[in-house]
Parts: sequence; C-alpha cells; structure tokens
Amino acid sequence: MKTLVRHRLFWPTAALVGLIAINAIARPAFIKITIRDGELYGALIDILRNSAPLMLVALGMTLVIATRGIDLSVGAIMAVSGAVALQIIAGSDEPNNIGVVAVAVGVAMLVSLVLGAWNGLLVSVMGIQPIIATLVLMFAGRGVALLITGGKITTVNSSPYKVIATGFFLLLPVAFLIAMAIVAIVAFVERRSALGVLTEAVGINPEASRLAGVRSRGIIWGAYIVSGLLSGIAGIIYTSNISAADANAAGLFIELYAILAVVLGGNSLMGGKFSIAGTVVGVLFIQTLDSTILFLGVSPAQSPVFFALVVVVVVLIQSPRLHRLARRVSQSRRAPQAASTPEEVAA
Amino acid sequence: MTDNADNAAQAIVEMRGITIQFPGVLALDGVDFTLRAGEVHSLMGENGAGKSTLIKALTGVYAINAGTIAVNGATREFHSTADAQAAGISTVYQEVNLCTNLTVGENVMLGHEPRTAGRINWGAVHREAARHLSELGLSVDPHSMLASHSIAIQQLVAISRAMVLDARVLILDEPTSSLDRGEVEQLFGVIRALRDKGVAILFVSHFLDQVYEIADRITVLRNGRLVGEYLAADLPRDQLVTKMIGRALDDLASLSQTADRAVDRSGIPVLTASGLGRKGTLEPADIDIYPGEVVGLAGLLGSGRTELVRLLYGADRPDTGHVEIQGSAAKIASPRHAIDRRVAFSSEDRRGEGIVGDLTVAENIVLGIQARKGWLHKLRRAEQDAIVADYMSALDVRPANPAALARNLSGGNQQKVLLARWLATAPELLILDEPTRGIDVGAKADIQRKVAELSQQGLSVIFISSELEEVLRLAQRIVVMRDRKRIGEVDAGAMDLDALVEYIANEGKESAA
Repeated sequence: MKTLVRHRLFWPTAALVGLIAINAIARPAFIKITIRDGELYGALIDILRNSAPLMLVALGMTLVIATRGIDLSVGAIMAVSGAVALQIIAGSDEPNNIGVVAVAVGVAMLVSLVLGAWNGLLVSVMGIQPIIATLVLMFAGRGVALLITGGKITTVNSSPYKVIATGFFLLLPVAFLIAMAIVAIVAFVERRSALGVLTEAVGINPEASRLAGVRSRGIIWGAYIVSGLLSGIAGIIYTSNISAADANAAGLFIELYAILAVVLGGNSLMGGKFSIAGTVVGVLFIQTLDSTILFLGVSPAQSPVFFALVVVVVVLIQSPRLHRLARRVSQSRRAPQAASTPEEVAA
Repeated sequence: MTDNADNAAQAIVEMRGITIQFPGVLALDGVDFTLRAGEVHSLMGENGAGKSTLIKALTGVYAINAGTIAVNGATREFHSTADAQAAGISTVYQEVNLCTNLTVGENVMLGHEPRTAGRINWGAVHREAARHLSELGLSVDPHSMLASHSIAIQQLVAISRAMVLDARVLILDEPTSSLDRGEVEQLFGVIRALRDKGVAILFVSHFLDQVYEIADRITVLRNGRLVGEYLAADLPRDQLVTKMIGRALDDLASLSQTADRAVDRSGIPVLTASGLGRKGTLEPADIDIYPGEVVGLAGLLGSGRTELVRLLYGADRPDTGHVEIQGSAAKIASPRHAIDRRVAFSSEDRRGEGIVGDLTVAENIVLGIQARKGWLHKLRRAEQDAIVADYMSALDVRPANPAALARNLSGGNQQKVLLARWLATAPELLILDEPTRGIDVGAKADIQRKVAELSQQGLSVIFISSELEEVLRLAQRIVVMRDRKRIGEVDAGAMDLDALVEYIANEGKESAA
C-alpha cells in the first residue's frame, strides 16, 4: 500500500477516479455505456473521443517540457494545420474522394512538422528562450491560418474527412484510437530506444549532457518537431469534428490546457524525468472535468471559476510539501514521542 | 569510546540515534553527536561518511527518520532552516549565502534593522553593523558593497550576521577551502574569540592541519555510522586517518613509483596540439602525450589549465592551432568530435558539468556509451547491468546501489561514477580536471590508484590538480601554466615539491620582462 501511494501516478489517477465517482453518484447515467449500431455510446466514450486533440498536444508538450522547454505555439499550429487541410479539400472538385483527403491530411502534417522545426531551430540552434521562440509562432501562426483561409471560416462537406473525428472502429471512436496509437508509438520509441533517457539527461543537466557527448541540439530540436507534428494532427481532428476551419477559435488556449495536463500528470515543469502515462491521466482528468461542468449544469459564467477551484485542489493534493505536513500532523497525533518513522523519506 | 575528561562543559546540542534514509541510501545510521558550549568540535569522515547529512539534520534541511535532537535540554523538531535558526543554530556555508548586491552593513543586519517610528533607520543599521563587526575584530566599512570583498571577508561577514541572530551554535562547513593562509589565521582568530564567549562551534574541514590547529574535540563518522568522539589532543593524526577510512593508509606510498616509470616516447603520440589558443582565454600552447603516459598540468587556479583541456576536448572552440590524434589531423569543434576520437574529459565542476543528478547511478555510468552509440541503439539491459556492476565494484562506488539517484551520493562517489562513465567508453586519452578536489583521503587514494593502474595498461591521462604532491606522484611529465600561458614543461622524476613550486612561481619571469 505504501509503495502504491508513493507511485508518481497514484495521486493523478486517484483524482481522475474520484472525479468519475462524483459524477457517477450525482447522476448514475454518467458511467452508463451502451452499444448502438456497432458503436459504444455514453458520457465516458464522449470524453475519450473529445480528449483526442488535447491528448496529442499534451504528448508533444511533455517531450518539450522534459528538455526544459515549453511550446506556446501548439494552438496556432493546430489552426494552420486545419486551415491547410480544409483549404485543399474545399478547393478540390471531389471533397469525398479519399485520395484528396489523404493529400490534405499529408500536406497539413508536413506543414506542421515544418513549423515545429522552425520552433526547434530558434530554440536549439539560435539559443532563444523557448517561451519567446514559440511565442513568435503563437501570434504569427494564427495570422498565417487567416491568410490561408482568406479571413473566412472555411467549411467542407467531406465524409472521409469527417470520419477522422466522428467515426467509430471496433466499437471505439476513431479519434481516440488515433490518439492512443500515437501515444503508444511515442511511448514505445522513447522507452525502447535511448531517446527517453537522453532527453531526461538533457533536461536535467544540459551542460553535463553535452560534455558527456549527448547530441542535445538534435534531441531538443526533435522534441519541438514532434510537438509541431502532433499539434498538426490535433488540428486535423479538431477541424474534422466541426467540418470547418476557424483560424481564430481552433486550439485557442490549448497550450495552457496542455501544460496543465502535463503538470496534473505529475511531471515537473523544470524538465528532466517525464511520464507519458501521467500526461494521459492528466488529459483525461481535464476532459472529464470539462464534461462534469456541462453535466452538472454549472452556468457558463461560473464554469471557469469552478474549473480553477478543482484544479487548485488537485494540484494541492499532489504537493509533496502538503504530504509532508499531513504526515507530520498524523505522526504527532499517533505518537507524541515519535521515536521511529522509518518509512518517511527525507526531502 | 567517549571520553569523560571534559564533559563538565554544558552540552548545547545533543543528537541521539539520528537516522536518515534516502531512496536507496542509508545516509545516517543511529548517530550520536554532542556539541558543548565553548568548544570547537570538528566532524571528520570521508566523503559519504555522513558529515553533510548530519549537519543538514541539525540545521533543519533534512527531516530525520529516527532519533532526537535536543537543544539546551529541550527536544526539538526542525522542519525548516528557520526552526533551527530560531533555536540558535546558525550556519556559514562554503558558498556564502548572503546578498552580494547589498552593503556589508545591510547584510549583517538583514531582517533585524533598527527602526525609528516604523521606518528603517539606515544610519543605525550601519552603526550597529560596525559594532558587530568590530566585536569580531573586523575593520570593514559597513557601507561598502559585499561583492567588493574577498570570499574570506564575506565569510566573516556571514559569521557577524550569525552573531546578530544571537547564535549559540555556529556551524562552519568547509570555511577555509578558498582562503589563503593569512585569511585562515584571521578566521581562526574570530573562531577562538567566539569560543571564549561560550559559543559552540562545529568546524568541518578536509584540512587535517587546520583541524588540529583549531579543534578541541573530534567526532569521526564512517559510512553513516559513528566511530567515536575524541579529544583532539588524545588522537594522533595517523589514528584519526585510520579511523576515517577504516584501514591503514599505506596505499598512497606504494603509488610513488608511478612518476618514475619510464614511458616509451618513440612511437606516435596519442595527441599533439600545437599553438592551441583562444582569444582572452589562453595564449597559444603546445602539448603532446604518448601512450601510457600521465601528463600533469600544474599551475595556480585560473592559470589556464582548465582552459587548455577544454579546448583540447572541444568543450570550447579554439581560434588558433591544430590538433593531431594518433598522427592524423583532427578537427575538434565539439565534445562529440573528441569522443569519436576516443578522448574523454571529466570536468572540475562535478555537479554542474559532470553528474546528471536526477538520473540513477547506473544511468549516469552508461550515459557516455549511450551518447556515443546514439539514441537508436539502446544498450541492452544485460550489457548495461554488466558494465555498471563491473565499474561500481572496480571503483568501489558506495552505496553499491545502481538505482540510487546520483545526486544523493557524496562528492567522492560522484567522482567515481564520472570516472566509470568515461572508462566505460574505452578512451585512449582521459583528461581529468581536479578529480580529487573536495573529496577525502580514501576516495582520493582509490582514484589515484586507478589512474596509475590504467596508465600502466596503456591509457594516456592528462591530470590536473591543485595538489602538487598528487601531480608529482602520478605524472611522468608536468606542463606548467601561469597567467593563461604555458610557461614550460618539466620531468616529474627530476622534481620535488619545492622545485616545482619555485618553477611555477618564477620560471620565465626574467625573459617575460
């Protein structure tokens, strides 16, 4: 039990389970899942489906943060990627042709990869602080997206494109399957290759890593490229869901939610050790909280405050300092003379 | 073990059965420690013995897992450094933690400024500060900026500050490591004055001479356990060293042969650098090294020793000169180039440029090989375990736990981990910059022995150390640096310490003038 509580994923997971439990008690329908026409239905399935864009963005953010960086441009890249994809589909004669959709998706991914490479260039080669380097694209990216769509909201009617966000495969939402497949691939590559541990080394001590021969420039650059690419895929899923590219609204504030998801998953903003599983839990928590607000009928005016309150509570629950305080209080209650507490670990 | 001779003095701090457990490391195991009023008490032990941990327990930095701390007879629980300070325990660290951008007076009185009608009376602040400073026999202008003073004076200012806090216990952690002889005398004068006022002083230093000069009592720790408490006068030096390292110290003596070993310089040098320099850092310098040779770099701190090897390794980019490795021209513009040509470099800044603190010991050891293999070719688990186990036992890394976080190891053991990292990459030239600084006799002997052994097997080593005895003992040739310039090269076999010091100080002075 002690080791379970110590596990870095214990508190994030506990918070998620707790939130689901509260919902289930408030309205048992919340956890009800039914099968209709070969598709799973239910609030939980909606959460999984809707979490896909944030899942991808937060995954890239996890890697960038592990290198001691931050990527503020993810939302803007989503907007650009969605605009590129929809513009290609809208401009073609056969929006329902699967080849056209494939080209649109491919080009959008390529563009986002280039944008990620631009961020990486500024950070790892030019040595610009990540927050400034990615701020450039955070502002400029939406401008570029507006240029691509000509300042309008591009809409399409393409059923193959629509499938990306709204389709189902083997009972599960396609968007969720795409997100989970990418999470699995990234986790596999990071942990099966030495990329994960080298990324952590660079994040913990860049100079020591450089002197040990780690190609830190390449590793940092790579993290921004992956972040850009994943944001691009998130943009495709987002626009597929609404069949429209809105350069102003796509991925708005998602960088902040992504950072929050990374932190809620128990990762440190100081870089270094990272947990992809933690980020996944963090994303699911945010998405569940979002649904909870709708579900409980919190008024739109109050929902940001409600959201903030819950987040503060969860962050506090995870705070090591608070854990020490709690231990100390319970110890002094249990044994005033408190001779031995061998399990406590010093800060 | 404890003597009864002088226990009449009142015990201010009584630590009993102190146990501290870090993940994978039992740092302290039931240690007792007593600090009495009006004594200078020295805490001795190798790196990793638990000295720093015990001090951090006493100053509230670490929480203790078991045991009690009593101050003036009352049991206390320290949850923060503020708790310890409130109990009258003040610490002056190796790195002075004052505000260098404030004046001396502001630093001394920080947080205790005299006020008039709620506003700080700056005149009184500096008058009060001057009074506290003069009580310690210091004539420092309280209006001067702290940054304008030497580390020695800054330390004394830190002590004055502790006295403003009405400290009854003063902890001095390696206070003399960056002081010259005169400054040490001044510091000792202040320490004696405080002792006579009844302050209990805990003095930690690696310098045995200084310990015997100032300490009344000595407590020895080894491997996180108490060895014993002794009156300094009753404990001969050799016994102290034996107690610290747990074995007799004749290892170093057997090493003295290394310097005399003949090196075959007929073949191709492992590395030749000519005219290697960088503007503002190092005047163009030459250096060459043959297989199996240990070349020492001697000179004062800042003489250009570190600068030269950083250029050799590509840590900094040279703007003049060229380098040949194994007889062929080598372009070394980054550490990667050097590593690919089998050159390894261990920096003098262990924490900043060596250890990756939040990775495990095992991850730190394989980092060098892994970086060389590239991220796509991960070392297999079994290979990794074998390498780690080999080097950890060959170098006697303690604790012998590959899963311990590197930052929880003592300095000497971190140094061994770094040595392991580089040896695992099978280098042909190993550059060690101050590998034995700030580590104790036992680890130092281990590292020196390893260097001697490896060079006998054909590894070339460039060895930098401020301890000239060590350079003389290990190196066959010594390149001497002064004022960011190479001033010459000597045969270590034909030199003794005095001659080398003389050479460093005066060689080439006339011709330069």
